[in-house]
Amino acid sequence: MARVLIPTALQQFAGGTDELDIAGATVQEVLDGLSAQYPELKKHLFNEKGELRHFVNVYKGSEDIRTLEDMATTVGDDDELSIVPSIAGGAGAPKPLPEPVSVISDERGANAELSNDEILRYSRHLILPEVNLEGQKRLKAAKVLCIGAGGLGSPLVLYLAAAGVGTIGIVDFDTVDMTNLQRQIIHGTKDVGRLKMESAKESLRDINPYVEVIGFEEQFSSENAMSIVKDFDIVIDGTDNFPTRYLTNDVCVLLGKPNVYGSIFRFEGQASVFWAEKGPCYRCLYPEPPPPGLVPSCAEGGVLGVLPGIVGCIQANEAIKLILGIGNPLIGRLLLFNALKMQFRELKLQKDPSCPICGTNRTITELIDYQEFCGIRGEEAAPQAVEATEEITVKELKARMDRGEALTVIDVREPYEYAIARIPGTKLIPLGQIEERSGELDPNTEIILQCRTGKRSADALNRLKAKGFTRLKNLVGGVAAWSDEIDPTVPKY
Amino acid sequence: MIRLSEAHLDAIRTHGAATFPNECCGVLLGDVEGDHKTVREVRALANVFEPSAEFETSVLPAGAEPGEMAEVGQERRYFVSPQEMFALMQEERRTKRKILGFYHSHPNHPARPSAYDREWASPWYTYIIVSVMDGRPADLTAWQLDEDRKAFSAETWEILQSNEVDIEARRREER
Repeated sequence: MARVLIPTALQQFAGGTDELDIAGATVQEVLDGLSAQYPELKKHLFNEKGELRHFVNVYKGSEDIRTLEDMATTVGDDDELSIVPSIAGGAGAPKPLPEPVSVISDERGANAELSNDEILRYSRHLILPEVNLEGQKRLKAAKVLCIGAGGLGSPLVLYLAAAGVGTIGIVDFDTVDMTNLQRQIIHGTKDVGRLKMESAKESLRDINPYVEVIGFEEQFSSENAMSIVKDFDIVIDGTDNFPTRYLTNDVCVLLGKPNVYGSIFRFEGQASVFWAEKGPCYRCLYPEPPPPGLVPSCAEGGVLGVLPGIVGCIQANEAIKLILGIGNPLIGRLLLFNALKMQFRELKLQKDPSCPICGTNRTITELIDYQEFCGIRGEEAAPQAVEATEEITVKELKARMDRGEALTVIDVREPYEYAIARIPGTKLIPLGQIEERSGELDPNTEIILQCRTGKRSADALNRLKAKGFTRLKNLVGGVAAWSDEIDPTVPKY
Repeated sequence: MIRLSEAHLDAIRTHGAATFPNECCGVLLGDVEGDHKTVREVRALANVFEPSAEFETSVLPAGAEPGEMAEVGQERRYFVSPQEMFALMQEERRTKRKILGFYHSHPNHPARPSAYDREWASPWYTYIIVSVMDGRPADLTAWQLDEDRKAFSAETWEILQSNEVDIEARRREER
């Protein structure tokens, strides 16, 4: 039993009285009793989930129950419980936006020179009052570095070059692959097999010969990152993996550079501008990388070809705005794009004071080992290890099939992959179902496991081994190797 | 219906100008007779709002994203400490002078209740909002939360001449 004091505002829901004696041994019991007696009052005290509303405070005597044992605080007959509404509110709009400033100093902008040919070329910029000659000269003076010339890097450097960004750096050591052409529009069919750098330079030169392209044909690493980035004004993250993404973030934070971020997966994209001096960094948003393998890459999960075009163009747009010092940059905002819903959403990001690299107590003051940070080194050292005796090559498999052996070959890929290409006579059990469907397999016969390249099937092998299977073999190189070495009519994807 | 004097309104406007660009807040104390509230005192309270993730996520209006308002401070929010509110309620019991409602300012913003005002409002109380544009008091409005908590309705108000207030008070004392 306790005496409950009702604020004037709620008395109309409590029979018009300002105090009530309610039975109960704890605050919870008393308030439940009160709610049962006055159902109208209940909705003002509790939310739909039955939790005390955030603007309802309860005092036992003169103490807030949050400083006691909250709803479990015990009450006796002599106790008074006061229901105290929180008084709060305010105008809804956020602070006015700060004036944007160009990353290119006035002096550098003024010193850039444009030839008559360039003036004609940039005519449509020059007649925009927000760009005009001054802005175009800033573009010419600007040095932008793009990490990666892949899905995101391809469209965005094309636009940067067309816009007249004077110096474009590209870090990429990869070669053009047939599967790149679905989205990496800077490369063409004739470029398959060439270095991406060569092909990208050629395309950029064709679009705008007044742009200087600096190629860094090396893997972006903790060893070279600082020296590559230091002379650039803006870094654009066109990476496709977590170690490089964290490295890009960290080097930008350490050197005070804006990092124009973009990422894509299947039908969804993200973009932001991480600039620790003015807002949050990538680590404020994602302090830790996901466990290896949890977030599939585009190579594993697929990506709509036009998506990196959209996200890459957003990155180019943000880089150009930073150079011109116009508009409202994506600093402190994460843009989420869904190509299927054709919807943009925006999340406001805040700087994390406990961020290890840009917070108040910094523990990261130099570049670290990003492979290790992302748990990838460990995965490489002890991956889905398969003993050599548990391996079978496509040639061996073919030979045994030709001898007419009755073999159990389980394809652990997804059904849509099975529809693209398969080895004849295989049975499909996707990796995710391999354990629950292991009953379909006979532990006494030999089971050959197969996927696209041999990685997932190695995983499946280990999972079945844990289930007690002993006669297991992993097909080295998967259906890709089958296509290469046995039957070229089976398509590769 | 709430009745108050020009002097009370001036006190609210002056407070709003004084705390500009931050929001001010205060309490309206007085008498209640049926549906009629009569303000006897306008008392300034401290705005103790501090930005916190907890506050922002707890009052997130529909459609807003977490963190959207994370950098907002006292220029866009007010908060009366629960301890102060508790003390006011104790005083209310002692003196029989009722808490009729509250006021706050909207710096460089119209005198209309925001989603946050609604989210935190209690029924029955009168909420007065004064818009303060560039440091100068502008519109002043009075509101009451609807029963379903979904919207505010404008509350009618009546300006009492200051001697009327005195007469009213005397009449009550005589009774």
